Amino acid sequence: MSTSPSAAPAQGQAWDFSDVTRSNDSLRRFLHGLPGVDQVGADSRAASLGTRSIKTTAKAYALDLAIRMVDLTTLEGQDTHGKVRALAAKAMRPDPADPTCPAAAAVCVYPDMVGVAKEVLGDSGVHVAAVATAFPSGRAALDIKLADTRDAVEAGADEIDMVIDRGAFLSGHYLQVFEEIVAVKEACVRPDGHSAHLKVIFETGELQTYDNVRRVSWLAMMAGGHFIKTSTGKVQPAATLPVTMIMLEAVRDFREATGQMVGVKPAGGIRTAKDAIKYLVVVNEVAGPDWLDPDWFRFGASTLLNELLMQRTKMTTGRYSGPDYFTVD
Amino acid sequence: MSRIDVRKTYKLFIGGAFPRSESGYSYQVHDTKGAFVANAALASRKDARDAVVAARKAFGGWSGKTAYNRAQILYRIAELMEDRRPQLVQALRQSEGLTAARAERALDDAIDRLVWYAGWADKLTQVIGNANPVAGPYFNLSTPEPTGVVAVLAPQESSLLGLVSAIAPVIVTGNTVVVISSFERPLPAVTFAEILATSDVPGGVVNILTGSAATIAPWLASHMDVNAIDLVGIAGDTELATSLEVAAADNLKRVRRAPAAEPDWSADPGLDAMTAFVETKTVWHPMGV
Repeated sequence: MSTSPSAAPAQGQAWDFSDVTRSNDSLRRFLHGLPGVDQVGADSRAASLGTRSIKTTAKAYALDLAIRMVDLTTLEGQDTHGKVRALAAKAMRPDPADPTCPAAAAVCVYPDMVGVAKEVLGDSGVHVAAVATAFPSGRAALDIKLADTRDAVEAGADEIDMVIDRGAFLSGHYLQVFEEIVAVKEACVRPDGHSAHLKVIFETGELQTYDNVRRVSWLAMMAGGHFIKTSTGKVQPAATLPVTMIMLEAVRDFREATGQMVGVKPAGGIRTAKDAIKYLVVVNEVAGPDWLDPDWFRFGASTLLNELLMQRTKMTTGRYSGPDYFTVD
Repeated sequence: MSRIDVRKTYKLFIGGAFPRSESGYSYQVHDTKGAFVANAALASRKDARDAVVAARKAFGGWSGKTAYNRAQILYRIAELMEDRRPQLVQALRQSEGLTAARAERALDDAIDRLVWYAGWADKLTQVIGNANPVAGPYFNLSTPEPTGVVAVLAPQESSLLGLVSAIAPVIVTGNTVVVISSFERPLPAVTFAEILATSDVPGGVVNILTGSAATIAPWLASHMDVNAIDLVGIAGDTELATSLEVAAADNLKRVRRAPAAEPDWSADPGLDAMTAFVETKTVWHPMGV
């Protein structure tokens, strides 16, 4: 399954992408030079990893880890300040009945809600992530996307989830996509020099092929994304196990080549605790245990958290729990 | 040339579909003379869990239907039972060892019972609801509302009349149900599930598990998302009934207690089986303007 790109330099050697990203043609040559993905093989490997049985103490560990990895998300037109405040409170104390329950990783909201979320979260350690760059379609002029990003960063967002221009990517304007990511990354820098983490959303449901997923992963990593994220959650199919596996292969190979670690975030469509555990198995088997950490792997989800909490309660009390005992959102 | 026997293995009925047991187990079902009849799925606690999820999902739609509509749907089940008469008669003869005539009569009773309960759908509120007299310019109305997801342990002896008498009063008021059928006599329940699947009952309103009540019921009794449990089916098993009542206390489930012996199902059932699984909702409503 190793997929080191043919152009990769010897391990340990500093990787300089300036050659690759010199022009659209060179970038295209590099991305299309990546080995193709065997779709049937990828599907079946992801399916076989999904059959692992995770029980008892391993399951308890996986559930807590998954809770710590959740980016609790609300991205609706009907979001109110009250809902964002409630969500932020939930991210800090997902299960108020059980003080041993860990906090979620972050709250993910639209840029105008960042201040509201920040107010509640304070220095609790739960991050605020904001979707920017004309989420979810990404169809806006670059300066609007950058202004959107700066607004969110100024309001105190710790993480920016940007969407790529899928139209440009699909029509082969790779350099345009690359430069946009670079520009957004620059817009993530705060006046004090610290920088908000950048997650790059691919919307893999619109990218048609697994080859494209691998290409766009490399493109985003070369452009300096801290995280690569599958989807906005607004398009079906959203995150799937094989797509996430291909992205995990990409970050693994990228670290082999450059020494830099990039995080992965599947988002949308992960609803059950069992699904979440399948993802964790794939993370461990494909990328390695280094990625089993909220700094390197996240779930973009809303309903998933309650499912994880119900399973957690089942493990601690020995009886099945129900949705009546957890907040609705 | 002699035919090869078709040895059937029946499945569970969960959420309107017929899945195999998650455990992969099945068990042999014998007739009253000890001859092999078929295999039935042996439900596990995870099947019970899935059934509760399906029942919860179906609850909103089923309880939201008009009482009149629920009555129509119950009548429809009775119609389909008529259509499947030979199959049900045979199942009754095999499981309960009845003669053909007595099996026909038992089936008549079961169908009549269903029709009787169907009629109650839009009448129960008039009988147990009330317009309360209050000293103010208000209407004060008490109406029965369904309790929610109800776990039913079906009678062990009366495999069809008992089953129908346990399920119908629960669903007619808008509850959804997870049933554990008779362990020794599951086949009428399996046929009943096939009838439900082809009737107008929405998937998940009735979920039928074949298997051992002693194994599965504790999980349902302690399940925080089950609102009530009917223990009449384990009549006589005081020890199990007590432990289930204790487990049910955690989320204040409504419990219909197990009698000392299985009741005579052919007797007039009265309203108890329906009123055990409704909640009285009282609303104040301003009167006049």
